Amino acid sequence: MEIDLSQFHNVFFEESLEGLESMEQELLNLEDDADKESINTIFRVAHSIKGGSATFNFNEIADFTHILETLLDQMREGERNVTREIIDLLLRSVDSLRHMLVKLQQGEKVDNSYLQLLHAFEKILKNEDYTSKSTDAHEAKHATRSTHEAQSPAPQTALKNTRWCIQFCPKNYILQTGNEPYRMFRELKGLGHLDSHVNLLNVPDFDQLDPESCYLSWTLTLDAEVEESVIREVFEWVEDDCDLTITSIASDEKTSGECEDKNRQSSTERQSNKAPPHVTGDLASQSESFTDTEQAKESASDNASKLITVKSEEKVTGSVKAPAAASIRVGTDKIDTLIDQVGELVITQSMLGELGTKFDMSKLNALLAGLNELEQNTRQLQESVMRIRMLPIGFVFNRLPRMVRDLSKQLGKKVDLQISGEATELDKTVMEQIGDPLTHLVRNALDHGIESVDERLESGKSEEGQLSLNAFHQGGNIVIEIADDGRGIDPDRIIRHAVNKGLVEADTELSHEQILALVMEPGFSTAETVSDISGRGVGMDVVKRNINNLGGSVEIDSQQGEGTRFTIRLPLTLAILDGQLVKIADEVYVIPLVSIIESIAYSSVVVTRIAGNIPVVQSGKEYLPIINLCDEFAIKTSNQSGQKALLAIVEGENRKIAIHIDALLGQQQVVIKSLDNHYQAIQGISGATILGDGKVALILDIVGLARRAAKNHDAKRQVA
Amino acid sequence: MSQIELNSTLIDVLQTQQRLDGAEELGSDDIGRKYLSFYIGGEMFASDILNVQEIRGWERPTALPNAPDYLLGVLNLRGTIVPVIDLRIRFGFTHWIYDKTTAIIILKTISESRERWMGCVVDTVSDVISCEDSSIKNLPSDGGTVDGLFIQGVMNVNQQGITLLNLENLLSLKLINHPFAGDLNIHG
Repeated sequence: MEIDLSQFHNVFFEESLEGLESMEQELLNLEDDADKESINTIFRVAHSIKGGSATFNFNEIADFTHILETLLDQMREGERNVTREIIDLLLRSVDSLRHMLVKLQQGEKVDNSYLQLLHAFEKILKNEDYTSKSTDAHEAKHATRSTHEAQSPAPQTALKNTRWCIQFCPKNYILQTGNEPYRMFRELKGLGHLDSHVNLLNVPDFDQLDPESCYLSWTLTLDAEVEESVIREVFEWVEDDCDLTITSIASDEKTSGECEDKNRQSSTERQSNKAPPHVTGDLASQSESFTDTEQAKESASDNASKLITVKSEEKVTGSVKAPAAASIRVGTDKIDTLIDQVGELVITQSMLGELGTKFDMSKLNALLAGLNELEQNTRQLQESVMRIRMLPIGFVFNRLPRMVRDLSKQLGKKVDLQISGEATELDKTVMEQIGDPLTHLVRNALDHGIESVDERLESGKSEEGQLSLNAFHQGGNIVIEIADDGRGIDPDRIIRHAVNKGLVEADTELSHEQILALVMEPGFSTAETVSDISGRGVGMDVVKRNINNLGGSVEIDSQQGEGTRFTIRLPLTLAILDGQLVKIADEVYVIPLVSIIESIAYSSVVVTRIAGNIPVVQSGKEYLPIINLCDEFAIKTSNQSGQKALLAIVEGENRKIAIHIDALLGQQQVVIKSLDNHYQAIQGISGATILGDGKVALILDIVGLARRAAKNHDAKRQVA
Repeated sequence: MSQIELNSTLIDVLQTQQRLDGAEELGSDDIGRKYLSFYIGGEMFASDILNVQEIRGWERPTALPNAPDYLLGVLNLRGTIVPVIDLRIRFGFTHWIYDKTTAIIILKTISESRERWMGCVVDTVSDVISCEDSSIKNLPSDGGTVDGLFIQGVMNVNQQGITLLNLENLLSLKLINHPFAGDLNIHG
């Protein structure tokens, strides 16, 4: 009946990582205001991680959280003041725990980096023993509380003892509650050397034996320097389902006399015990009334049952390495909505089905109404399914306060971070990719934007810099604003720098916006010294590129001396796109509607050839390169010579190009499918979709094509 | 082979797969493994049946940009986009047509711990055959138009030599641009 625990590993990892996040937040709250509720939350998180990790045998994490918990418990009881040092230490341990969890999740071993922190905690805890008088009293209280049903030993001996005798008599329904004594013993074994003796007196005759009941009880001897509460904690979940007696035996007694006495009373069968054998196997192997050969074969000897245990353990460790599938937490309300909508869809479908079986022209109106309803249902369903992928942006925002705290400390600045609109939802994929650009912008604001305390006071500002993060929906977009009240961007400095770097000519006239946009050009970094925070010269252009790749845009607005505001606009989802279907040669392609500026008849434009045979078309003041996808993509076509009917002027990353197309087919929303599930990414193509007739149509990557056109342009110019 | 025959072969394949799934525990009474055989340019080839996802009739895939000529394009397989290669071109045969018996066999491999599918165009699907591992021999000569990389061995079933394909290499994306030996050694 061994349960394969590895199937729960992922849930544990996810919950623990989530827990760590809330722990981190509460720790940051704690800094402003030592709130009891915050400490409780932190304690709860540490406790559940400890419980989980012990269950799954992640001993490093269990050990570490245990000591964390001890410290937190003292804070909770008000015996230890919340100091900045402790918060720092706790924050570092959050990092360390996260690191350990990620390692384990990837199926690797935990390294020893946490030991240093462990020692730091131990030092703090030990100091307390010497300095604070309240500890003893507290521990005593703790001890008496936990030994309510046993003889309460003197507090001093309860503190630390090297040998414990544990009488564990589970009620016979214990297995049905899902509790497995073996696992508890394993945890005890983690504390120190464990001897176990099983009592078989209560095992009934075979014909009366209920295989789902537990008839065994145990006497355990544990050699470990632990507190009684630690042992009691192992049995915490079964406290009400068993009779438990924990007695301490003085460590200098050579044999555990008291234990032995009890053993003799109950005439137990001694088992040499590296790991306590599996319970059901045990039952089978030791019940003397077992005569049935079939059963006997199954049950086998002690060794065999041990073998089973070992085997299943191997399975646990073996399967951890499987790659974890990404998962998402979805509110039940969203699922309920889905179920309702599916219900409606089914109703519409059966209504249409009925119409179809005996259809005549008199029912045409009903049919049309039905089809209308079907369309509506489908659209609603699609929207709801999309909403499942939506998560509040708070997931990204929440990691920023910690960073702001650490950074401002490092930079010696005072910063007040205001976050609003955390509940604004956006697609999970967008969210995953917006994290880094956002982090970078916040770092930039701290490093370059907000001034040092002295500088701020000099310019008549309050000494605490304001940094605000805001998110909201606008049209089909999500807008994220990052604003600071720092020194702003100096346009003259930007121009000087850009000229130095050769990004613009010295005498070009640029508008304020154009100047600010230079900051995001590749190769532009104004930081005079390269710090490890920002200013490596790969900053803003990467931010801009990442956001553009998501189909979004960044704007900068800045007044010198007053502050800077970055506005990021992102599409709500990456999974659906408004597309224009076009025909090129014999294939149908999809051009994202947002990137199309206009389409013009080929015959109405003047195509000139410049700079060595680059066909261009004039549009406004610009010459746009004309791209023939048949050449670009090496598509075979039946009418090679035929002049293309239309030119689609499209824009990507501020570059405009004209694409030859044969015909405009229609506009529709398309669901984006990835090509690299079974194939690989292709240049010039951002994905594929399936059209109404079941055919695959490729979606053109306009940004990529425009970039490629510019490159070709340069290449040809160099040749010419 | 007509469309109906194609379907019956497909059912055969599915049944064999089911049988094999069950057979692993019970101990199979058949000898050897099962293979799906098919014709390419008049020669018989085979693939392990457990790698066959499904068999479809011919339909024109959507062409991909800048693809080698044997990579015909991509196909919609119930919402999944699957690439399609024409094995006749891949293997350097010079004559091929697309007609009623032309079939696309969707083959699957596991690479980098995930399952990948690829459609392979063949002249016709033939049969499900069994063959013992011991009767699969190495390729006697390396002079054919099919690159040795793509061949696992040669089996002899009912006095007929059948080329067993190495799907791992054939479906590998790393080798998708690997030039076929036919380029170097023009045939016919």
